[in-house]
Amino acid sequence: MMDNYRIRKIKDRLMRILLWSSLIIAMIPLFSILLDVFINGARAINIDFFLLPTPTVGEKGGIANAIQGTLITLGLASIIGVPIGIMSGIFLSEYHDSKLSQPVRFINDVLSGFPSIVVGIFGYVLIVSVIGFSVIAAAFSLAIIMIPIVTRTTEESLRMVPVAIREAALALGIRRWKTIIFIVLKGGRKGIVTGVLLALARIAGESAPVLVTMGYWRWWFSGLNRPASNLALNIYLFAISPFENWRTLAWGSALFLILMILGISILIRVLTRGKYE
Amino acid sequence: MGLNRNRKILLVAVVATITIALVIVYQYLIHSESEREITINGAGASFPFPLIDKWIAEYNKLKKNVKINYQSIGSGGGIRQHTEKTVYFAASDAPLTPSQAANASNTLHIPFTIGGVAIIYNLPGVSKGIKFSGEVLADIFMGKISKWNDPKLVELNPNVDLPDKDIIVVHRSDGSGTTFVFTSYLSEVSEEWKANIGRGTVVNWPKGLGGKGNEGVSGLVSQNPYSIGYVEFIYAKKNNIAWGYLKNAAGRFVQPGLESFKAAAAAAAVTLPKGDESWAEVSIIRGVVRNPQAADAYPITSFSYFLVYRELNVLPNMDEYTARQLVEFLWWTIHDGQNYSAELDYVPLPSNVVAHNEETIRMITFNGKQLKG
Amino acid sequence: MKSTASFFSKIAYLKAKIKGDEIFRLVSAFFALTTLLIVVLMVYELTRGSWLSLQKFGLGFITGTTWDPVFTLNFGALPLILGTLTTSAIALAISVPISIGIGLLLSEYISKRLEFFVSFIVELLAAIPSVVYGLWGIFILIPFLRNNVYPLIQTVLGFLPLFSGPIYGGGVLTAGIVLSIMIIPIISSVSREVFSAVPLSQREAIISLGATKWETCKIVMSYAKSGVIGAITLGLGRAIGETMAVTMLIGNKFKVLPSSLFDAWYTMAAIIANEFTEATSDIYVSALINVGLTLFLISLMVNVIARLIVWRTLRLVKGVSRG
Repeated sequence: MMDNYRIRKIKDRLMRILLWSSLIIAMIPLFSILLDVFINGARAINIDFFLLPTPTVGEKGGIANAIQGTLITLGLASIIGVPIGIMSGIFLSEYHDSKLSQPVRFINDVLSGFPSIVVGIFGYVLIVSVIGFSVIAAAFSLAIIMIPIVTRTTEESLRMVPVAIREAALALGIRRWKTIIFIVLKGGRKGIVTGVLLALARIAGESAPVLVTMGYWRWWFSGLNRPASNLALNIYLFAISPFENWRTLAWGSALFLILMILGISILIRVLTRGKYE
Repeated sequence: MGLNRNRKILLVAVVATITIALVIVYQYLIHSESEREITINGAGASFPFPLIDKWIAEYNKLKKNVKINYQSIGSGGGIRQHTEKTVYFAASDAPLTPSQAANASNTLHIPFTIGGVAIIYNLPGVSKGIKFSGEVLADIFMGKISKWNDPKLVELNPNVDLPDKDIIVVHRSDGSGTTFVFTSYLSEVSEEWKANIGRGTVVNWPKGLGGKGNEGVSGLVSQNPYSIGYVEFIYAKKNNIAWGYLKNAAGRFVQPGLESFKAAAAAAAVTLPKGDESWAEVSIIRGVVRNPQAADAYPITSFSYFLVYRELNVLPNMDEYTARQLVEFLWWTIHDGQNYSAELDYVPLPSNVVAHNEETIRMITFNGKQLKG
Repeated sequence: MKSTASFFSKIAYLKAKIKGDEIFRLVSAFFALTTLLIVVLMVYELTRGSWLSLQKFGLGFITGTTWDPVFTLNFGALPLILGTLTTSAIALAISVPISIGIGLLLSEYISKRLEFFVSFIVELLAAIPSVVYGLWGIFILIPFLRNNVYPLIQTVLGFLPLFSGPIYGGGVLTAGIVLSIMIIPIISSVSREVFSAVPLSQREAIISLGATKWETCKIVMSYAKSGVIGAITLGLGRAIGETMAVTMLIGNKFKVLPSSLFDAWYTMAAIIANEFTEATSDIYVSALINVGLTLFLISLMVNVIARLIVWRTLRLVKGVSRG
């Protein structure tokens, strides 16, 4: 009996060590990547980096136009994706008794798992064939990636709003749709913001759909029906270039992009603190 | 209290959005020009990409409202986009084959630079200077020679300690004019290569890893010991990768570089067809390989061509102003643009080629109207 | 008189109320259906784009093994499908034990406070863009594996054909390793969710019988078994579609089978990213879109199965009906 207990105790300790080591194993590549990007990217950071546009061979330059282009593309994607996502989330949460809600929620979850390159091809076939390589095509594809994320988080955060609030409002004679827009939405605002930030962080790093819907652009933003410079894509194109200044720019962009995404992730975390069940 | 916090968050978000929006609008305003701003899209070879990018930047300094955007997607992609009329001009190291020309009728070829393909390799401990011959290269890329210390390589390099290691072959995975140039050379020097694999922007490589673009190949070679590949020369030079010496028809071992490319162009004495005729058989390589007098010539040398339609109204959204700007740009590249070639190790066009191109560019019309007098 | 007036005003009131609500409901339903519309449109457009290829090759496209854009213009996706599934399988083999370990750690071992930070750090892995994984893979992981790890593996296991052959650093195994790192966040977070959802009563029951922590974990795992399978399937779905990191590391070589795990290969997503903008003929483009369609369908299948399993488990475990 005693021996059996000892063995179980040893097993328990062993497993505890194994479990903690699985965490440590997962952390090693993370820190290696962050270190790598910081070391290589830090070299690129100077005032020119933020003010100048993409340089040519041997010239000074920076990522100013890439930041501009990325912001505009992400902005347009958000304008398309966020309203659709929020309204879908509202529908799933407030009208969950509808026969449509099951299939919609299901398809939504499934959509969130799609390969981004396929979404890119979809954007190509639908939009590039009509308008050409453009910010619109890229924003469209990115919006499709955004929608499921925003929908899900909106639905979940609205569900958190106590039923009592809705009932109280209805009892006061406020119409249902006004209840939803002015009262329930307000209560779930934090969660919705989280969802939008999450989706933004996700698409900021996507280069595959951008590659097939927009392509490389070296200038400042020149119109929605033309391409714009993009951080994630430029990293992919410049990182193994033979030209020193482009390579440095690529690593600097990677550093900037990661910091941006990390910043958003931290913001999300701060906002959702105290929210777990 | 919770409401206050939410309000603060909302306020921050709104302020941030407005600030970003203002910045974007400001940028847009200060960068849009008073003259009519036009964009000219081009695509194609990665071989001359550094030169074209330099030209685009320099030309924009001269004409601030002309923005040219060039996608370096490989000669194959350039030819396709030209055929589909999704670009206003294309660049390719491979001239159009007869069937490609049939799909893109009335294409003009304008050679705009001359460059060479370097054979790069990564042998730890050995720097530049490994000697190759055409047959040996063909055998390596066919897989018939698989080790670095193969007798045929040792024979060419008696003073080098070649290791007993497998040769890792690296080639292009995308449709590439550089591949076209390299396989044209291999077809000239090896009957077996010509019969079984042939030349093209894409071929069925018997073995090896695929890298995307010249950058991909140079990247793979520099990261993999005991590998060998082929790239446009500047990619070897800038990446500090070792390149080989190649045996030419005179029996001399020549390294790639400005002088040896120039010598090749001169030695080949290629007669050029008219701008609107077929250029499928134009080959500096053939001229060099068959010229035993060309002592300083580097065999794997080639033209890069602009492909442009003779009548520009076939392009969607084209108008006379834009067409004129395109023609002006092309004119500039073959004249002033050539001054930028040498620093990037591209060969400036010989004057007879420039004169030939002037005639070709004068053929370009919009709605029948000649654009360059 | 009075009753008629109040009757009409009641109707007016109801009408006004219903109208606003109905409109809003319809509007939000419309937006919600957009996702459905997108998926349907995707299938349609991808099929339309693949039409040339489907006409020429039919279902033989899935079993075809040539990729010749030059001479015969024959295209087949079997090696790509195999490459995708192999790299994903390797990714799962590596990441599943690690992810389940992390999931257990987060749900059973760590206090709520610490969990906040730890799960944040794990999420950081998900925040890194695919392109950056590719870069890190090229410059740091590949040299490390080529110089330190792979030769060791080959010395020990070299007698197996899987581990024989030339080592150049990239290839199938390397791509699988990077994929595994990328999918750890998904599998571990869903696992944690599923483990946490196991009722306290189950744990209390076995603890009262004198179980150790690990034995409790075993009970939790077996209770949440199908949920974990769902988590794994989600990770698989992500691995299948991963593009940039894979194409930068796998060698991009189209061949039916690689000579070893150290050899180069190709996946569906990678070939699209590499060749799409440069495809030189209509049938070539159509073949690539066809690859996209195939990838889409396989990914759809995997995702559907995953969601079904995860849903069912959460339902069973939580005892709450959704929707």
